[in-house]
Amino acid sequence: MEKTGERARREGIESGVEGFNERARRALADPELHDSIALFTRKTLKGRAARLAELPDAPGLRERAYHIKQETMANLDRYLAQMADAVEERGGNVFFAETGEDVVRYVGELARKKGAKVITKSKSMATEEIELNRRLEEEYGELELEVVETDLGEWIAQLAGDAPSHIVAPIMHMNRRQIARVLSRVAGEPLPPDVRALAGFARRRLREKFLAADIGISGANFGVAETGTICLVTNEGNGRMVTSIPPVHVVVMGIEKLVPRFEDLEVFVQLLARNGTGQKLTVYTSFITGPRGADELDGPEEFHLILMDNGRSKLLGTEFEEALYCIRCGSCLNVCPVYRQTGGHAYGSTYSGPIGAVITPLLKGDREAKDLPHASSLCAACWETCPVGIPLHDLLLKLRSRQVEEGLAGKAQEIAFKGFEEAVEHPAAYRAGARLGRLVQRPLVRDGSVRRLPPPLSGWTDFRDLPPLAERSFRELWREGID
Amino acid sequence: MRVALFIPCYVDLISPEVGVSVFRVLRSQGVEVVYPEGQTCCGQPAFNSGFFKEARGAARHFLDVFGGERFDYVVCPSGSCTTMVSHYYPFLFRELPEDLERAESIGGRVREFSDFLSNVLGAEEFGARLEGRAVFHCGCHQRRELGVLEEPQRILRNVEGLQLVGWENEELCCGFGGTFSVKMPEVSVAMADEKIRALEKSGADTLVSCDPSCLLHLKGRLDRTGHGVRVLHLAQVLDPRRGRVG
Ligand code: SF4
Repeated sequence: MEKTGERARREGIESGVEGFNERARRALADPELHDSIALFTRKTLKGRAARLAELPDAPGLRERAYHIKQETMANLDRYLAQMADAVEERGGNVFFAETGEDVVRYVGELARKKGAKVITKSKSMATEEIELNRRLEEEYGELELEVVETDLGEWIAQLAGDAPSHIVAPIMHMNRRQIARVLSRVAGEPLPPDVRALAGFARRRLREKFLAADIGISGANFGVAETGTICLVTNEGNGRMVTSIPPVHVVVMGIEKLVPRFEDLEVFVQLLARNGTGQKLTVYTSFITGPRGADELDGPEEFHLILMDNGRSKLLGTEFEEALYCIRCGSCLNVCPVYRQTGGHAYGSTYSGPIGAVITPLLKGDREAKDLPHASSLCAACWETCPVGIPLHDLLLKLRSRQVEEGLAGKAQEIAFKGFEEAVEHPAAYRAGARLGRLVQRPLVRDGSVRRLPPPLSGWTDFRDLPPLAERSFRELWREGID
Repeated sequence: MRVALFIPCYVDLISPEVGVSVFRVLRSQGVEVVYPEGQTCCGQPAFNSGFFKEARGAARHFLDVFGGERFDYVVCPSGSCTTMVSHYYPFLFRELPEDLERAESIGGRVREFSDFLSNVLGAEEFGARLEGRAVFHCGCHQRRELGVLEEPQRILRNVEGLQLVGWENEELCCGFGGTFSVKMPEVSVAMADEKIRALEKSGADTLVSCDPSCLLHLKGRLDRTGHGVRVLHLAQVLDPRRGRVG
């Protein structure tokens, strides 16, 4: 029992997700972070706008994407079975992992069986979600595995000991100088903060790892049920090195990444590239179907597909199902005015921004991520930008409501909103409250505004002025007659 | 045409002058205006905080008050409160058919002020005059749920003496977000400061919006940080008797 509890706590989002404000404060005090975010979001959103403008019918494409996902989720069990059959038919192995722990064990035991020493990885948020690297090293310490991230950003994050701060751009929170510092430490000599020099160093280092790897682990941007194909989109080519050089290739794929038909990729691949990075297509779009065939020259000898649930299937058929339509393009982060102030680390979770604020409590529980549904002004920029049309702002509202139903909102709020309802339903009480407010505010008004109020309203007055209640309400003016 | 005024609670209590201007502009257009006196608050603070039950109570009260009047439209000087009624009452009552029907029967007739002027009355020129250089801030509900973005700007362009200028990242939220402004004050204020930096860069001396709550937030921050920007609701710009209250 003890053990399970311990595991549950360590799984995925290990840090307390409460305390958004505290982490946000730290982020807000960091001008370099602010500049990095501004630079990245400006560039990406500009590209996105240009790429979407080229499409004859961008809204139509979004509509199609939503409907494909809707239909996929309605029949997910059938499509998963179809996918598994197709992969096995091509000589691959399929494993259904209910939890992150199941994934760790499968990969760990596979590594043991293969006598693996070096594991290369291409970018995968699913493995970030379950903290695969840390747990392999801890739970399979005796194997002395070296797990190396090979996406440039992920690698630098790994070296710096940072979690990714953006779904698509993991080290969006760092600038060139900060990256140079991290890599200089690894190089044992100072490297100039020059993109070419830094990339050159990374290429040399990573190449050694690509060649030495015993197992390659990748995520999956999409999995095609009818053919058993894994679709990977990358810009660095590391994905191909990871999936074709080592003798064993393991794919960790969230079950929601499924699309029914190969032709559906036409919709999703371009939506992902255009929205995520502002490209027509990413530099590499790879389709991987099973291990190396008898007539093929390269590719892994073994192919393992891990279909990971980890809390996803319980959303099917609920009012939160749309959260599973996400293709992890990162666009909702880029447009989110909260994310743009704080960056990803303030969320304290693997997934940040609006989709992180939605999916984290759904996967990990409301208690584990109490602050996140409130880390939004509900401006709906996320919904507007989302290539699949997920109403993220409405999902945040539903999550807030679920917290209230679960009693997580706290006594003070419960009392306040009960009182609110009373006043709103009874105009006489509402008016009496207003009159009382006018009396009470008198000593607080200086030069026509209120500058200090007790908590929780101090949250307002610590930073902004507040006009006092007017001497006469509109209703009173109306009764007197407006000229 | 008979119109019922829906004056949000914070306009009623904190900035009634906005309501006064709305009334005067509507009157000048020959509209018959009534003000159902039992109205209080649309329930949005509770709704946004996840207190749906309490918000439903407020919504039912609203539907009772406005359901008791005979009118062609309900006009509201806030894009956000308009959205609460037109979009989020049906959301709140999505599983309660009786309430839902009542909400939907009013919902389509609740119109934000500039939307009403432009799309119902077909009026975008009011003979208003105001010297200055202005930026327009569109509240997020108005921009994304109502889609009433161009109308108020066209109206402002017709104001004599007023130069309407664009500003950087104008689609960004001002950071108010209802209780968000108190629950996550530092982030909320950082968002306001970003808007204020853009405002400064634009060289505008006037900020206009159709959402008094955004204005409350931005003005509160502008005042605290010693900025002398003039902050006005669109109705105040158009008010044929601007400057007089009562
Ligand atoms: S929720 Fe939508 S916008 Fe956000 S990452 Fe997912 S697909 Fe992209």
